[in-house]
Amino acid sequence: MNRKTNCFKNSCKNFLWLAIGLLFSSFAFAEKSKYNMTEGVTEFSKQAYDIHMIVLWICVVIGVLVFGAMIYSMFAHRKSKGVTAAQFSHSTTAEIIWTVIPIIILIIIAFPATKALIKMEAPTDADGKNIVMDMTIKVTGFQWKWKYSYLDEGISFLSTLKADSNAARQANPTVDLYEVENYLLDVDNPLVIPVDTNIRILLTADDVIHSWWVPAFGWKRDAIPGFVNEAWTNVKKIGTYRGQCAELCGKDHGFMPIVVEVLSKEDYANWVKQQKGEQEVAEVKNNSEWSQADLMATGKTVYDSQCAACHQTTGQGMPPAFPALDGSTIVNGPIDEQIKTVLFGKQGTAMAAFGGILSESDIAAAITYTRNAWGNTAKDAAQPQDVKRIKNS
Amino acid sequence: MSHAAVADTHDHDHDHKPKGFVKRWLMTTNHKDIGTLYLIFALTMFILGGAMAMIIRLELFQPGLQFVQPDFFNQLTTMHALIMVFGAVMPAFVGFANWMIPIMIGAPDMALPRMNNWSFWILPFAFTMLASTFFMDGGAPAAGWTLYPPLVLQGGQNLAFAVFAIHMLGISSIMGAINVIATIMNMRAPNMGYLKMPLFVWTWLITAFLLIAVMPVFAGAVTMLLTDHYFGTTFFNAAGGGDPVLFQHIFWFFGHPEVYIMILPSFGIISEIIPTFARKPLFGYVSMVYATAGIAFLSFIVWAHHMFSVGMPLGGELFFMYATFLISIPTGVKVFNWVSTMWKGAMTFETPMLWAIAFIILFTIGGFSGLMLAIAPADFQYHDTYFVVAHFHYVLVTGAVFAIIGGAYYWLPKWSGNMYSERLGKIHFWWSTISVNVLFFPQHFLGLAGMPRRIPDYSTQFAEFNMWSSIGGFAFGLAQIFFIVIVWRTVKGKGTTKATSRVWEGAKGLEWFIPSPAPHHTFQDGAPVNDEHLAHVSSH
Repeated sequence: MNRKTNCFKNSCKNFLWLAIGLLFSSFAFAEKSKYNMTEGVTEFSKQAYDIHMIVLWICVVIGVLVFGAMIYSMFAHRKSKGVTAAQFSHSTTAEIIWTVIPIIILIIIAFPATKALIKMEAPTDADGKNIVMDMTIKVTGFQWKWKYSYLDEGISFLSTLKADSNAARQANPTVDLYEVENYLLDVDNPLVIPVDTNIRILLTADDVIHSWWVPAFGWKRDAIPGFVNEAWTNVKKIGTYRGQCAELCGKDHGFMPIVVEVLSKEDYANWVKQQKGEQEVAEVKNNSEWSQADLMATGKTVYDSQCAACHQTTGQGMPPAFPALDGSTIVNGPIDEQIKTVLFGKQGTAMAAFGGILSESDIAAAITYTRNAWGNTAKDAAQPQDVKRIKNS
Repeated sequence: MSHAAVADTHDHDHDHKPKGFVKRWLMTTNHKDIGTLYLIFALTMFILGGAMAMIIRLELFQPGLQFVQPDFFNQLTTMHALIMVFGAVMPAFVGFANWMIPIMIGAPDMALPRMNNWSFWILPFAFTMLASTFFMDGGAPAAGWTLYPPLVLQGGQNLAFAVFAIHMLGISSIMGAINVIATIMNMRAPNMGYLKMPLFVWTWLITAFLLIAVMPVFAGAVTMLLTDHYFGTTFFNAAGGGDPVLFQHIFWFFGHPEVYIMILPSFGIISEIIPTFARKPLFGYVSMVYATAGIAFLSFIVWAHHMFSVGMPLGGELFFMYATFLISIPTGVKVFNWVSTMWKGAMTFETPMLWAIAFIILFTIGGFSGLMLAIAPADFQYHDTYFVVAHFHYVLVTGAVFAIIGGAYYWLPKWSGNMYSERLGKIHFWWSTISVNVLFFPQHFLGLAGMPRRIPDYSTQFAEFNMWSSIGGFAFGLAQIFFIVIVWRTVKGKGTTKATSRVWEGAKGLEWFIPSPAPHHTFQDGAPVNDEHLAHVSSH
């Protein structure tokens, strides 16, 4: 009997320490970003952080009181101490108290939460006037990349996982992931925005639902095919901010990061100028005749970054979801049919419509590449003009 | 030993168990045998779903892809959830219901015994069908257990198998729920008024109504997926005038009550265990009943808090945030009542009590994170991160599963006639409780630091906590193998002592007035219900 009592005693002592340890671990680290939400660089992220901290502390206090009472009771009201059990079984006063107090706490929490929501969804300035948006960016989610379109500037580009991360994340990696800077959190073309600017962000998707999330900005919003969602931000600090897709979107959901470069207004203006220059170069490319060698070289780059995620660099695909291109009847058949498939996608499969994603020259190059790579020997080439003709027909 | 004399007053005729395996188990209409079948099935699925969790944690042990491909990883997370929700937790509770409800209300069996047999035997076929998708071209469903279109429609033929498996599970659940309601409403012994029923019976009665209300909704949602995929409808396809978000609304209209289906019976089990080992009546019995009903009602009007990030109107966000806040009030009442039940009791800490106490603390931690998630502007940060993963594993593992294990220790002596080894039970408890916190607590930090859920690989900044989480996961998994050993030894009578009919010194309720093991048939001549024998009557 004695041994048994000791055993109970020890059990409870351990339990107490565990409970205390748990509680402390929840706030001892609360100030460090490795353990906690950060304040971020927008009004929203600051609001989210403040509410998060308020509620966390409220929970800690309630936890200390409730678990404290429980733990005290476990020591004081144990049979081995020779106590006899009281037989009371209700108290209307107590029940009213512990119904009313939580209601008051909830009302206290509801105030800042409501304020923050209104600020996000119906943005007004201090005088109650609607806040004017300075620019609009459309974000389109694809499996598994983002497209950013600057509606006011006519700039648009794709943003995919950076090549070194992509090499390191394969099952048999050719690059050591610990050697990669910002492993899985870096892209080829980051979104570039100016600081201190009200930016409307429109979100949609082309295939499945994605969710655009940069923690430092304080929100995530789903990008849904057929819907245009709206959110806005105003970043207060120049810098580079990283995030990830936050809605399961298929096999490479974990590999479509988001990187946002926030520049000063002058640097941003320069960047826009440079982008427009590049856009003109691309336009020239779309209108000129390409040599077979140029098509093959560009085609390999485009294929590896845009197509290989599904069809694999070897062209073997991952049947049945992602068919092989090596030996495929479409790739070895009439060239116009293949251009149509790439431009308009294939209903009911994961094959996206690349007409709205890639430039005509990139599509022509990738198609030429697939027709003459691996075991495929079509020996012909698609020119940007061919793609444009079919796109506009 | 003072209460041994109470035993064996009702069952003079001996057992009459059917002979032979087929007659005894396949054709059984006996609530105890069907309860046992449900519990064995649930344990099997728990191990299967757990094995998937082990592979998931193995892949997440360090950054990079070591063991599985991303697509298979998604199949594992999807199937882990479907199997744990529909194969382990829900059938385990139905097993408890089958075993305990008739005994607790003094009924000789469930009201509809043949339907009872049918609702169990659907399950092995449904899960065989669901699990068979792993061996198909393209593998198992990989769009998450939430099955969101359009992603889920990209899967291959597994969709049809998953949908029909879900239909079968739904049929099984609805039949089980009808049976529970019919039994409780019609077969209570004389003098067993509604407000004399044990709380476990009450929570199951309310759960059964939830099941009947929402399983058809889920069946409807997946049927629309089926026709979208095979028959060219466009319910959820924007290109055809459909709405992908509509599915999410329908799914969560089912899904939120569903999570309470998995927790209300736990509340019932904990409300049986705590008074027994505190040797004191349950505090606030009537408020417990009202709180349960209140939680059930609220579960129907909070669904869109799972969808704050889809882009809802401000009014919608505010409504669902406030409604979700309200849930913490009845839930708080329950926790306060349990603590008050312990207060000034004369507690002992046998294994079931330890699980129940851990349930209260850890479930409450899950409740705290739930309250945080309810706050829409903060949820824009938490949503779809590991913070959510930590939250629902606290309420489902240290909540529902801990209650199931605690309940199993509590009633196992009654079921098997043997006392499990208290020493092994305590080892199992401490091993599980410590490891489960190592497993899930760091996931809060991961989520707050920005790690999305459902990803097979992660940035190196998340490596340390993922490693801890995986170590905790392996230890917790191993502990449950140990649980099977304990149960096996108890049932086989190895290293055990015979259980008395009362089993626990402070136990009240009809189940403790029949012999241990419970005879094959109980209360065939009606149950004499004496208020003194009931746990909750002194409060009136």
